[in-house]
Amino acid sequence: MSIAAMLLLAVSFTNAQEKEKMDHDHGNMKMDHGDMKMDHMNNAKAEAVLKGYLTLKDALVKDDSKTAALAGSKLEATLKAFDKSGFTAEEQSELADIIEDAAEHAEHIAKSPIDHQREHFKTLSKDILDMVAITGTKNTLYEQFCPMYDGGSAWLSSSNEVKNPYLGSKMVTCGKVQKTIN
Amino acid sequence: MKTVKIIAWVLLVAFVGIQFVPTERNQTNAVPKTDFILVNDVPKDIKNKLQVSCYDCHSNNTAYPWYNKVQPVAWLLENHIKEAKAELNFNEWANYSNRRKKSKLKSIISQIRDNEMPLSSYTLIHKDAVFSETDKQEIIQWITQLKDSI
Repeated sequence: MSIAAMLLLAVSFTNAQEKEKMDHDHGNMKMDHGDMKMDHMNNAKAEAVLKGYLTLKDALVKDDSKTAALAGSKLEATLKAFDKSGFTAEEQSELADIIEDAAEHAEHIAKSPIDHQREHFKTLSKDILDMVAITGTKNTLYEQFCPMYDGGSAWLSSSNEVKNPYLGSKMVTCGKVQKTIN
Repeated sequence: MKTVKIIAWVLLVAFVGIQFVPTERNQTNAVPKTDFILVNDVPKDIKNKLQVSCYDCHSNNTAYPWYNKVQPVAWLLENHIKEAKAELNFNEWANYSNRRKKSKLKSIISQIRDNEMPLSSYTLIHKDAVFSETDKQEIIQWITQLKDSI
């Protein structure tokens, strides 16, 4: 009983910490973009998700399962906190669908070994790509593609230099830039 | 010796006591129109395998074994089924978006391929739920086809 109580306390404490951190980020975002137009506000919300996704991608490039797991659980929280206001009703329902799917993949990445993380990362990449198609982004992104992993798999990067998150150190330069976004 | 006796009594009373704690049963009479097997054209042998090996936890209807009536096993199973249905509920299939369907089918494939599902704690008692290598190949092939058609 006392063990259960302690666990509960620990969980609620970390949750509170996480929340505080998120509120803080949000506050900064507002300050940076407060005077910008609505569509730029929407972009700003997506940037946090993209940042989390790219951190996860970099961890997979380095075969670093532990950092990838942490990035996954952070990304899950960022996705769930995504504010859909300012989008059309149709975009909102599409975003809700994408976010539900992406959050589930991020959650699994947070608690899986590296080969499973990469499997989930493949579908997650498709989700994030579809999300960016709706929200737009202020940064240039590169959609990259590796024909060797699972019948061909894509991912997003902020650099046009190919660093493969599916094969990691086994064949880090495998792939090519398929499309430039923005 | 006396303390052992007291502890034994306390445990016995506690065991009897928890039997009166009610648990929620995962049982319904009707199969909803949104069920996986109803909306997809599932071959007969695959349908049987899904029902025997998956539906106990991943649907709204569990065929309960006798020991589930005993606590604390009932609690454990209740939580298990709740979690399982949150991940995937075959009865709710048609309610999932295409994106969700694809993701779920992909997970079904990898879970079966890696022998993660059905759970070993489940097949320990449900011997008929075990997938042979041929079963696995057959199901994975069919599910892959379905996934690619969405």
